[in-house]
Amino acid sequence: MGRYVARRLLLAIPVLIVTTILIYLAVFALPGDPIAQLAGERSFSPAVAAQLREEYSLNDPLWQRYLAYMGGVVQGDFGTDFRGRPLSDIMQQRFPVTLKLALVALVFEAVIGLVAGILAGIRKGSFFDNLVLVSTIAVVSIPSFVLGFVAQIVFGVQLGIFPISGQNDGLRSFLLPGFVLGSLSLAYVARLTRTSLSESLSSDYVRTARAKGLPERAVVGKHALRNSLIPVVTFLGTDLGTLMSGAIVTEGIFNLPGLGQLVFQAVRGRESEVVVGVVTLFVLIYIVFNLLVDVLYAALDPRIRHE
Amino acid sequence: MTTLPSPSPAVARAGGEHLLEVQGLSVEFRTPYGVVRAVRDVSYTLDRGETLAILGESGSGKSVSAQTIMGILESPPGHVTGGRILYHGQDMLTMPKDEQRKLRGPEISMVFQDALSALNPVFTVGAQIAEMFRAHRGASKKEGLEKAAELMDRVRIPNARGRLKDYPHQFSGGMRQRVMIAMALALDPTVLIADEPTTALDVTVQAQIMDLLQELQAENGMGVILITHDLGVVNEVADRVAVMYAGSIVETGLIDEVFSRPAHPYTVGLMSSIPRVDARDTRLTPIVGAPPNLARIPSGCAFHPRCPRAQDVCAVEAPALVEVAPGRRSACHFAEEVLSA
Amino acid sequence: MSDTRPDRLGAPVDTPGGTALDTPVETGPGAAQDLKTEAALVTGAGGDLRQASLWSDAWRSLRRNPVFVGAALLLLVLALMAVFPQLFTGTDPEDCDITFGRQGPGVNGSLLGYDLQGCDYYSNLVYGARVSMAIGVLVVGGSLVIGVVLGALSGYYGGWFDSLMSRITDIFFGLPLILGAILILNRFDKPGLLQVSLALIALGWMTILRLLRSSVISVKDSDYVQAAKALGASDFRIITRHILPNCLAPVLVYATIAIGGVIAAEATLSFLGIGLQRPSISWGLQIEGGRDFVRTEPRLILLPSAILSVTVLAFILLGDALRDALDPKSK
Repeated sequence: MGRYVARRLLLAIPVLIVTTILIYLAVFALPGDPIAQLAGERSFSPAVAAQLREEYSLNDPLWQRYLAYMGGVVQGDFGTDFRGRPLSDIMQQRFPVTLKLALVALVFEAVIGLVAGILAGIRKGSFFDNLVLVSTIAVVSIPSFVLGFVAQIVFGVQLGIFPISGQNDGLRSFLLPGFVLGSLSLAYVARLTRTSLSESLSSDYVRTARAKGLPERAVVGKHALRNSLIPVVTFLGTDLGTLMSGAIVTEGIFNLPGLGQLVFQAVRGRESEVVVGVVTLFVLIYIVFNLLVDVLYAALDPRIRHE
Repeated sequence: MTTLPSPSPAVARAGGEHLLEVQGLSVEFRTPYGVVRAVRDVSYTLDRGETLAILGESGSGKSVSAQTIMGILESPPGHVTGGRILYHGQDMLTMPKDEQRKLRGPEISMVFQDALSALNPVFTVGAQIAEMFRAHRGASKKEGLEKAAELMDRVRIPNARGRLKDYPHQFSGGMRQRVMIAMALALDPTVLIADEPTTALDVTVQAQIMDLLQELQAENGMGVILITHDLGVVNEVADRVAVMYAGSIVETGLIDEVFSRPAHPYTVGLMSSIPRVDARDTRLTPIVGAPPNLARIPSGCAFHPRCPRAQDVCAVEAPALVEVAPGRRSACHFAEEVLSA
Repeated sequence: MSDTRPDRLGAPVDTPGGTALDTPVETGPGAAQDLKTEAALVTGAGGDLRQASLWSDAWRSLRRNPVFVGAALLLLVLALMAVFPQLFTGTDPEDCDITFGRQGPGVNGSLLGYDLQGCDYYSNLVYGARVSMAIGVLVVGGSLVIGVVLGALSGYYGGWFDSLMSRITDIFFGLPLILGAILILNRFDKPGLLQVSLALIALGWMTILRLLRSSVISVKDSDYVQAAKALGASDFRIITRHILPNCLAPVLVYATIAIGGVIAAEATLSFLGIGLQRPSISWGLQIEGGRDFVRTEPRLILLPSAILSVTVLAFILLGDALRDALDPKSK
């Protein structure tokens, strides 16, 4: 187990480095003049532009700028917003909102997705199974920002059950956006659980469990489920990282003051530093969660552990 | 419908009641391709201490009939369409599901072919063996593991106690099959069904496993149904043999008699398609043609398209399984001729 | 780095017999496991003859599948809309009159009313199909070119090139689609169709490479390829004439579903304000424009939302039907 984890960690380091280089290149090395972009509709005088270039170290070689930027990121320095406030402070303040939203979404997808998937998997071909299949296809076809608006219109405006903006109603404010954010993954979890469970139900070891004369609930609940939950649990693990970035759309639509909304507003306000800072953080979170899941995977599956 | 007469004197004493009696069992699979008649009117008996080999190619229905006895036939698509399975005179097919379940393990149990896939990969072998005691005997976790260690010792897994916490994939093929056997024998069943127990193993390990099974059988006097396609294994350990072809039994009898004087052309074909140590110079003659598609079983005798002795009658009339010599039954129109050939 | 997320473009790598959403039962982190599930996808591993019958069988069963026919007809209509929008509307979507701003249906003979700027809503919907279809086809086409070429080389030659490609694929899988696209597009002042497409291609080619690579590996040792080799055929000829035709089924299924994913991604980016910019016409932009009127005029959001979702759905269903038809096991 220890060796496995160590190997995964070692493998992750080059991935992390190359990914951050890619991000950096995408942000700072693509054609176009960042100073001109900063200016937007106006244009700076050559003197101001030169000063800005100096200030942002744009005259240094690219690799130096990359190292400087990553050095800062490692120390928690993501730069400043256009008012000069350190991004790390803003992020710290907004992070809890995003985390809360992601957790609500995760609970939705785990609970509903698992229950639906298990029921469908046990009774494959039943009415409920078909219902799950059809509704998950429908959910996947609807982009999450569309689903967000539809949920606002139906549950917020027409039925008036949930608040549609802000976080003034405590946890209740997070229910609708949490559901919207989790819906896509909910569909995946349901499908994954269903496929995995029904595969496991027709496996040899489940047949053995039956031959051992175990009661049906032990056969399904213990032998089949324990195996089929491995991919589902690992999916849920990686998904927490994905959900945080999905929050860009959801927090934007539901006006929740988290990191996602920060990006949403920064994109509109053309604040590149903020966009890059927060998105870099999201990517790092995503990569770290992927890594954690690899470790989690080993904990769940003895075959991997002893690899 | 025919019942296999058992030559065992023990049966006579029990007043004709066998340990296990399968009567006219028929099983079919309803698939999108059509109905596959996997088992057709199969009957046999098993007595205490006896080993009955069911011999046949893959797709001959031998495993399906065993799964039906175990009550682990996958349904759908599998359906029992007729017959009875009497355990100590009680029909297992009609008894309540839960009662049938309680027989599995303490009374009837099964060893599967591929222990790697048959054992659950995410539980330790100790826990999987202990589960038998916990589910059927209400043992505590600790008691269960204690018993598991004893059993693993009994099937001669070295350092049994130390390996309780190991997972199936950490064992070698032979050791894994021993775990499987330990689990099947945990509650001292009276019937053990061994479905190709050595097919997945190396030849040297095969012999060890068969020896182990025989030894354990001698200890507790259980009846063993050995399902195999391996004539060598049958010859070594079985008392009686039932040869299956296309879902039906085509020949039965004591092992030595069947092997020395087969009474069905299919058995003859099987015999001459394997190399024999005692007859070096004989040429191997494989059976011509391929096993039939069970969704389209040939008319009359299912074997007739491949049978060297086939006459017109064979394509029309299905031969019954009838006694052709004392203790010998064959389902062939020309059984007498085959027998005397 | 394992990518348990079923897909980059919203379309999962699918298992045979399953539906679009059935993610492969993720057996483990790392590429070796992905290989296993993806190898299972490879359907046509036989010779050219078998291949021919695979496609003709597939076509025969597709024609009888109402889901396929329905999805195909719908996409045909959308494609017509994209190429000849004039067939569907006589109104120029850019001929806006602010005095009609947010007027409802019926006003001035307008079918679906006007948007904030007084542009005809119906005609905007019709013209929106063009961008969606164009980006969908461009991105998936571009990803196919990259993925098929590199995947074929990777699978056929193996060795260091294959290892290198595997690592690069891993790294790109580490970048979530929307986040990566935001980072890239953030660089452009006014991203257009081309920039958005390139960004999505850059982040979306990996699955095709992996699918094709494992297909190629599974057929390159088959008898007919060995025979062609023995007859002295060049590598190029072997790959293009003998291997690729037998590897296209799973890739084609994936690509079909992926078009839906790309269309959703474009709409999301445009909605976020980082994709296409006005005065481009895109369903995502239309939805964005209705954002402030959720309470008062949900029609402004619901109409483009509906057509967008139906389009994505049609591609998913089409891919699903295609897979069922091409996978002999599922019959």
